[in-house]
Amino acid sequence: MQKYSIFSLVKNALTGHQNWDLAWKDPNPKEEYDVVIIGGGGHGLATAYYLAKEHQITKVAIIEKGWIGGGNVGRNTTIIRSNYMHDENGLFSEFGMDLWRKMSQDLNYNVMFSPRGIINLAHSDAQMNAYARRGNSMRLNGIDAVLLSREEVKEIIPMADFSDNVRFPIFGGLMQPSAGTARHDAVAWGYARQADSMGVDIIQNCEVTGFDVSAGKIKGIRTSRGNIKAKKVGLCVAGSTNILAEKLNMTLPIETHLLQACVSEPVKPVLDKVVTFGAGHFYISQSDKGEMVMGGDLDGYNSYAQRGNLPTLQHVLTEGIAMMPFLSKLKMLRTWGGIMDMSMDGSPIIDKTHIDGLYLNCGWCYGGFKATPASGWTFAHTIAQDRVHELNAGYSLNRFSTGHIIDEKGLGTKTWIS
Amino acid sequence: MLHIKCPHCGIRSQNEFSYGGDATVKRPELNKEVTDQEWDNFVYNRVSPRGKHLELWQHLSGCRQWIKVERDTATHEIFKTYKANEEVA
Repeated sequence: MQKYSIFSLVKNALTGHQNWDLAWKDPNPKEEYDVVIIGGGGHGLATAYYLAKEHQITKVAIIEKGWIGGGNVGRNTTIIRSNYMHDENGLFSEFGMDLWRKMSQDLNYNVMFSPRGIINLAHSDAQMNAYARRGNSMRLNGIDAVLLSREEVKEIIPMADFSDNVRFPIFGGLMQPSAGTARHDAVAWGYARQADSMGVDIIQNCEVTGFDVSAGKIKGIRTSRGNIKAKKVGLCVAGSTNILAEKLNMTLPIETHLLQACVSEPVKPVLDKVVTFGAGHFYISQSDKGEMVMGGDLDGYNSYAQRGNLPTLQHVLTEGIAMMPFLSKLKMLRTWGGIMDMSMDGSPIIDKTHIDGLYLNCGWCYGGFKATPASGWTFAHTIAQDRVHELNAGYSLNRFSTGHIIDEKGLGTKTWIS
Repeated sequence: MLHIKCPHCGIRSQNEFSYGGDATVKRPELNKEVTDQEWDNFVYNRVSPRGKHLELWQHLSGCRQWIKVERDTATHEIFKTYKANEEVA
């Protein structure tokens, strides 16, 4: 594989950029693989990369219905954080933060990781108390957390509404300084390029139509490009999890819902943090191009549409304007939607299944992008060793029936309850 | 914007309604032994199909009645609506 560096850039500039290698190949599916990963999104690509790198398993195929990076890894709002209270989520995400910090060097691909910090705003004394508790839990798990007063928040984001007659006055906030953003497409492309260079077959435009299971063991998959035998199969398909589960006669604690995001026209630098509104569900950051990147609530009913509905967008942006009134002056540039695998407790599932050799990675709700490296790393471990790692032991499939749910914010599929 | 035909009030916009999830889920009968798996299925596990989905909505800012709506989860087409106690054909 061609290494990317200032020297390779100069060398290729001199030859008119005609001699760059393809970043990854476009192979036809082979007859058999050791591991087949279904889903060529961030998590699937990362899983294949860590299978090759950490476990030396390279007879691997990634099967993608569309094109890699065309699903949620290309549709999210690029936020990376580990500001969780519960141990399962905090330790898992903080492990991921370490991988994020090293990712550009590790992948030899600039993912533009920008640890600019995230602030969750508080709008009542009770919320400040809850944030103090969450901040303390984070610090006990080695995650940086700073409780900010109203004045300190005003210092950092003076453009927020600090006037007296607002419905939800800002009391303060909880900041994780090491949180931030990254270039989402680069994450997919970086993992794809490295996985490909270690021998992983990335097979695009290939839809999975069925599974071959006999005597409780996975034997292979059926696809639109023929049957493929596999010793192990990992599902990494986010919003399409229920569609594949149905083909396996499995019913999962997952519902598929639509989440929208949008960007404004680009403006000069105004906001150098990720900020979340504490009295509703709205968050905002500014991209390197200057666009204000915003997101919020689910559309609120089961959906596979991959496109949004205006009432939710209006609701979300009303919250945004309540928090930062200057947003009302901006023009909207783009809106889009992605389909989320909403788990019933708001936390993900990375586990084995009742079928031998079939592994499940789903339930990422609002937080799939930031989990990409940790999810890939732990899922690769779970597949290669045929047992869960301690980092994803809490993300078990049976935690719902045994009562060990990880109820971080009380946010599952039923957002109207919160 | 979805337009939902409330069987009591007629066609109204989505803003008047609140969503209540899969309408085919059945609470286990309590006059017999209920297994953990049955509770699990009732409380957590959902089919969440792509295509026709029978679901509950409440006409919250209208007659406040719960209704059943048969809707396509990919196209958002609404095929038919029913009163909560009506048999679904």
